[in-house]
Amino acid sequence: MTGVWRRLRRRPLGTLSLAWLLIVVLASLAAPLLAPSGPGTQDLSHVFSGPSSHHWLGTGVLGQDVLVRLLYGGRVTLVGVLVSDALYTGLGVLMGLAAGYLGGFVEKAVLRLAEIVYSVPLIVVLLVVLAIFPGNELVAMVGLGLIGSPGLARVVRAQARGLRGEPYVQAAKLAGMGRWAIMRRHILPHVLGTVIVQVSLFSAAAVLLETGLGFLGVGATGATWGGLVSEASQNIGTQSWLLVPSGFLIVSFVLALGLAGDALRDGTTERLGGQETPVPCRPGRLTFRSAPPPVAIVGPDDRSGALLSVRDLTVAFPRDGMETVVVTEVDLDVMPGEAVGIVGESGCGKTVTARAVLGLLQGGGRATAGTIVFEGSDLLQVGSAEIRRVRGGRIGWVSQEPLASLNPSFTVGSQIVEAVRAHRPLARRNDQDQVLDLLRRVHLPRPEDVAGLYPHQLSGGMAQRVAVAAALAGDPVLLIADEPTTSLDVTVQAGILDLFHELRETGMAIVLVTHDWGVLADLCQRAVVMYAGQVVERADTSDLLRRVRHPYTEALMAADPRLAAPKTFLAAIEGAVPPPADWPAGCRFQSRCRLARPDCTERPVPLLPVGPEHESRCRHVDLVGTVGAMSSPGGPTGPPATPPNVVAVGLPGTVRR
Amino acid sequence: MRRVLLRWLLTSVPLVLFVSVLTFVLVSLVPGDAARSILGVETTPQTYEALRRQLGLNLPLWRQYWNWLDQVAHGSFGISIQSSAPVGHELAARLPVTLSIVGGAALVAAVFGVGLGLVSAVRGGPLGRALDVLSLSGLAVPAYWFGLVLVTVFAVKLHWFPASGYVSFSQSPGGWLVSLVLPVVTLGFGGSAVIAKQTRSGVLTELGRPYVLALRARGLSERRIVLRHVLRNAAAPVVTVLGLVVTGLIGGTVLVETVFVLPGLGSMAVTATTQHDIPVIQAVAVVFTLIVVGVNLLIEIVYAALDPKVRP
Repeated sequence: MTGVWRRLRRRPLGTLSLAWLLIVVLASLAAPLLAPSGPGTQDLSHVFSGPSSHHWLGTGVLGQDVLVRLLYGGRVTLVGVLVSDALYTGLGVLMGLAAGYLGGFVEKAVLRLAEIVYSVPLIVVLLVVLAIFPGNELVAMVGLGLIGSPGLARVVRAQARGLRGEPYVQAAKLAGMGRWAIMRRHILPHVLGTVIVQVSLFSAAAVLLETGLGFLGVGATGATWGGLVSEASQNIGTQSWLLVPSGFLIVSFVLALGLAGDALRDGTTERLGGQETPVPCRPGRLTFRSAPPPVAIVGPDDRSGALLSVRDLTVAFPRDGMETVVVTEVDLDVMPGEAVGIVGESGCGKTVTARAVLGLLQGGGRATAGTIVFEGSDLLQVGSAEIRRVRGGRIGWVSQEPLASLNPSFTVGSQIVEAVRAHRPLARRNDQDQVLDLLRRVHLPRPEDVAGLYPHQLSGGMAQRVAVAAALAGDPVLLIADEPTTSLDVTVQAGILDLFHELRETGMAIVLVTHDWGVLADLCQRAVVMYAGQVVERADTSDLLRRVRHPYTEALMAADPRLAAPKTFLAAIEGAVPPPADWPAGCRFQSRCRLARPDCTERPVPLLPVGPEHESRCRHVDLVGTVGAMSSPGGPTGPPATPPNVVAVGLPGTVRR
Repeated sequence: MRRVLLRWLLTSVPLVLFVSVLTFVLVSLVPGDAARSILGVETTPQTYEALRRQLGLNLPLWRQYWNWLDQVAHGSFGISIQSSAPVGHELAARLPVTLSIVGGAALVAAVFGVGLGLVSAVRGGPLGRALDVLSLSGLAVPAYWFGLVLVTVFAVKLHWFPASGYVSFSQSPGGWLVSLVLPVVTLGFGGSAVIAKQTRSGVLTELGRPYVLALRARGLSERRIVLRHVLRNAAAPVVTVLGLVVTGLIGGTVLVETVFVLPGLGSMAVTATTQHDIPVIQAVAVVFTLIVVGVNLLIEIVYAALDPKVRP
């Protein structure tokens, strides 16, 4: 009961609407009690009077009280709407359940019928009915319910179809329950919420149509809501007041029906616990402790000539009215012509870091601290025109989803031309040549043909080459590639990697976001390992593969089929990356770490140098690699054993070869 | 193109059959028949029988329907019981009025709806909420009442536009335009709300797609991304909704033409209903359906032009 009240309080508009519906219905029902004299009573001494103490809402042409007529008119409208609602609901649900559960011919017939009925000019059909049955509004409302019902059937069918495969429905079927019994017991209750909303919307339409018929003078006679508007229209030059009460009542009643339907729908989804399911791996509530920031010690200062230099980058996203930090004080340097790999599990902040560089954070995310210096200017400070010049013109970007990154409505050629023109607006003459050059540069065969294709005609590998070509259109010096091979077949991956190799050889710097050690080792000189929004280890790739200095990196490598020793169980890291809400005060990896000690929980761990150009964020660096399940191409470390916190997985499905 | 036509025929033929059979069957339910209505009560059985035979009322129902279809196919819609004039002539005279109103209202609904939906999606905030209110009221305010409010304000009080009446285009193009403003706005208002809502949600969905991010990453201006890419991709569902809205507008002419006393098909239907002039109301219902069918064809073509997967 308290739950109901809370829900009502949270939706004042819906509650108000329900209350107003109830008032109008009750007042109409009680009309003979409230105004025993009836709607026809004339008061010729008060013709067309405005609101007064005698006639609260004024009077009409013969001095009939407007309020009384509205009360009695409500009875006509409500009866008509109820009749059509009953038919609409009964037939619609029946047809919808039959179509959704039985499928086949019934389903096709219902769908086709619904399609036809949507194109019927309803009011004209009602006029036909009324021409044949003069003044018989009930028959018209019956017709309305009949014609409307396939619309409801279509909606119910969609839901029933989804329920057909549910285990409990299958179980009931196996238990020998009859078709109709299953529909009634197991499917009907689940479509009830949808039906309520549809009926409320249909009722709103029915009220508008019924009053419309009353206005036209072809519906019920006597006191009706539409008839009052009609009377107002006949005296429009002098008596505009008459429009107000009738109009207000119709509009408010219809609005209330719509809003009440919305509120009821929201109420039902809430009860089913939908809507507010948190997205996994997305930032939770802000609980990042305001502990003293760990001192980030920049490695030996020979990286001063960096092309891109990210310092202390902190990124936050709004959630539930608060800002949730998802990336904390990340440092990243990219030298001209250098390839840097950012590696880590999903949800560690790799993509957010990469996108922050180009100011492409979505969902209201923003860099709350730090600097992103590129070619001498801080990209967090420059204006929108300047950042546009950098995007595509100086820094290219390639995404994980090659096909989705192309607009399906335009040809490959036109999309690349657009990218070229964004940075070279004057060179229109040889646009086409440039497109072909770019397509050749990414090794697409028959570039003339490819330029004329639409994205849906491309394979994944081709699409990624096209996306790279578009990224190169502005002749950038740095390419940020966010898992560019993840969604591709293994054979295609190799081709794309070759392409990146070629680009690097031409002097292009690359930032590669990946979770694939093989790809990283193949392409990148430097590797940055991220965990839970932090850099946890950073080193030259060859050095890192030879000598891991952080337990997370160690575990991550052990889970990679290419790096794990042959003929051993593949290890997976137990647990999952904690969402920002659950980041602990000390080391963020502590809950999953095989080396965790009491001092790991105390305060944030700084990123410290552990060797030449090698940094690690671990207090127990010396213990890393002592019981290694991993073996690297650099040097196998004896017979591999499974560390206690690492679960052995022998499922071939988890291995990508 | 052939696929488009085929798809259109698949819905249009059943639609026309549905409406014509429906009206025909309904008419056959009339107590007494057309011969009786024409002749009145006082007549000899001989004249009654003769007229029945002349009108084909003695044939089985399906033969009557077939004859009627045959007539319609030849452009004849029968004789009005009230005026004894061929219905076809009056239909032809009134069709331009209704088409003007529906065309104008569709234009108003499309232009305002798309503009408003786009702006509110890109700007958001208070404008988005204003749009919610507008679309709710667009659905809840009856067109005939809204029309009367407009008449009160812009015709009775301000004298900007005539309260009623129609001026044909050939008579005076300016007068034609002025006489159409209020009816078109009245009819288009509700439609624009529906289209604005669809446009807004479509644009918001498209803005969240990966290709938008990719376009931004290529350095394209936000204006270009929205106007060339996002709007283009959000257009297909808007066109579908526009089709449904126009069907609604066609029905709405019945009310709007009555409010503004316009000599169109809608007011013809109302008059026929009050006078129980069955052949006329039958004919109007079929013509209305044919207009819907024509609009659906236009919509199908536009839809196909927008979708590269359908385009030949």
